Amino acid sequence: MSAGTLYDKVWTLHQVAELPGGSTQLFIGLHLIHEVTSPQAFAGLRDLGLSVRHPERTVATVDHIVPTTSQARPFADPLAEEMLVTLERNCAEYGITLHGLGSGRQGIVHVIAPELGLTQPGMTVACGDSHTSTHGAFGAIAFGIGTSQVRDVLASQTLSMGKLKVRRIWVDGALQPGVYAKDLVLHIIRSLGVKGGVGYAYEFAGPAIEALSMEERMTLCNMAIEGGARCGYVNPDAITFAYLKGRPFAPSGEAWDRAVAWWSSLASGPDAVFDDTVRFDAASIAPTITWGITPGQGIGVDETVPTLEQTEPDERPLAEEAYRYMDLQPGSPIAGTPVDVCFIGSCTNGRLSDLQAAAAVAKGRHVAPGIKAFVVPGSEQVAAAAEAEGLDKLFTTAGFEWREPGCSMCLAMNPDRLEGRQISASSSNRNFKGRQGSASGRTLLMSPAMVAAAAINGKVSDVRELLASSAPL
Amino acid sequence: MTAPTASFPVGPIVSVCGTTVVVRGDDIDTDRIIPARFLKCVTFEALGPAAFADDRAELAGDPAGPHPFDRPEHQGASILLVNRNFGCGSSREHAPQALMRWGIRAVVGESFAEIFYGNCLALGIPCFTASHDLMLAIQEAAAAHPSAVFSLDVAAASLEGSGCRWQLELAPGPRQTLASGQWDATGQLLANGTALEATAVRLPYLSGFPG
Ligand code: SF4
Repeated sequence: MSAGTLYDKVWTLHQVAELPGGSTQLFIGLHLIHEVTSPQAFAGLRDLGLSVRHPERTVATVDHIVPTTSQARPFADPLAEEMLVTLERNCAEYGITLHGLGSGRQGIVHVIAPELGLTQPGMTVACGDSHTSTHGAFGAIAFGIGTSQVRDVLASQTLSMGKLKVRRIWVDGALQPGVYAKDLVLHIIRSLGVKGGVGYAYEFAGPAIEALSMEERMTLCNMAIEGGARCGYVNPDAITFAYLKGRPFAPSGEAWDRAVAWWSSLASGPDAVFDDTVRFDAASIAPTITWGITPGQGIGVDETVPTLEQTEPDERPLAEEAYRYMDLQPGSPIAGTPVDVCFIGSCTNGRLSDLQAAAAVAKGRHVAPGIKAFVVPGSEQVAAAAEAEGLDKLFTTAGFEWREPGCSMCLAMNPDRLEGRQISASSSNRNFKGRQGSASGRTLLMSPAMVAAAAINGKVSDVRELLASSAPL
Repeated sequence: MTAPTASFPVGPIVSVCGTTVVVRGDDIDTDRIIPARFLKCVTFEALGPAAFADDRAELAGDPAGPHPFDRPEHQGASILLVNRNFGCGSSREHAPQALMRWGIRAVVGESFAEIFYGNCLALGIPCFTASHDLMLAIQEAAAAHPSAVFSLDVAAASLEGSGCRWQLELAPGPRQTLASGQWDATGQLLANGTALEATAVRLPYLSGFPG
């Protein structure tokens, strides 16, 4: 059983009571909501005649359903409009802050909470969205919840939870040029499997992790859930503190120093005990890309689609299903696979550094004929920062569309979606069947730089080759 | 037929009886259980008919026959039999809501994704587990007797039907809260107001990081 880890310390601090059945009542420090998983929770609250216990600990934004071409109200889609109106009404009625369209602070919930300084080390963070694991990048214990639990947090600011085991994922070495946090996490999921993390929190540690920027750490923790781990985290350090300093909701003045002292005390100590440890070597990881229908079906860009013989026996039925659905030949190289649509964005890879990495590849080049390529900043702040650097012009000159912030083609709840059997190179996080809006649409997950490379060449390409001959940004 | 809201789980859940439906395959994610376009709603009410919508459409004209949810013999089934890592992916409660509104009252599988498992429990839908070989045996027996009524005993974590009895697993916590009717956590969470405020007081970030 783990002891002395950040997870243990934060858990103990937030324990309210033991509940019948042996689960723990856990205090939630930060509750984030959006338009998709909250309306039924508010309805449930009303049914039970309850109010919101700590409206100041819940923060709302709108992301899943917003169109990325025109955000003029009312939206063209009446259902989308109804969802936003419902959120606006609920927030107004219960006194919850909503960072809405045009506020300068709207964006994907997992992009805005960190950039506003709402997410801080040592907090428990819950949101009705599985990628809440993102916030673990700050040394918070952050996890996705269902709508009944959203209702519970609204009503009580607490949740009934079972404690997880803690697995330390230790990464030595350094990522090579052209290899990013996305490749690292796809590699980890490929190795440990999509259910390897069930029952665990993942602590990411080691020299390669310490070297990552906050935005890279967010990409890494974002996809912990794709490896089955409900939360993933990185111990807070100087990089974390430097990122937070001066953000709107971060502590300031004398409180800042006391906050840093407390945050530092939370990191897993040298005598922390883990339920198990897995090691990786960052230097050996290539740009990684999925070929199948789960995020665990990944390979290096220089590898071939695994044959049945190369697949573990219990993974073979899924591999056969993936061959059929993706229409890719076992044993054939993934590089060179033609793509139709290239999507850069999402809570995994829609931050400024992601757009910069893609821009470094796109600069001075042009999207291949017949390819639809578009860039969707993760938030209004990301959009403004990118535009200030001229990235919007760089992308449009290169033949990419530059869009308004939102979840966009990560999932099919807004007008951005695949059609028919189209195949996408996507910087998002899920390649499930039908995920991008067409029941037969296909998704290849990869880093934003790899998506840009695919857009330029019209086919899956090793970004390292393009970077070798890129103009400086 | 009127909407079966009245029969949604309430109070103590000691057993689940009904016919079965087998949905085979590992890693069936919540996007497949309820595709995202059906999430454009502000209530869960209309989700039942949309369960597995894309999988069902894909198999509609398949020579091997339609999706199990579309076969006449499985209409009215209440026990869903699945394989590994069922319910992975998105946290959407719309997935268990769709299954519940289609008629499912209990799920038996090799393993479940955590958020899905918790969402089911919050609705009073137990998720039992069984080993790989046991699960295949159960699925085979159920498929061979589609009209047979199976019965799940929550306290004993056992399944009976078609003349067989299988021992399943269900953690003591859910077993106890389901059988006692305490699976709906909201009431208990609200009961601990004093302990809650005591916890809040010791969290430095709630009080401006006092020295
Ligand atoms: S970008 Fe995708 S994964 Fe992230 S919150 Fe939006 S829909 Fe979910």
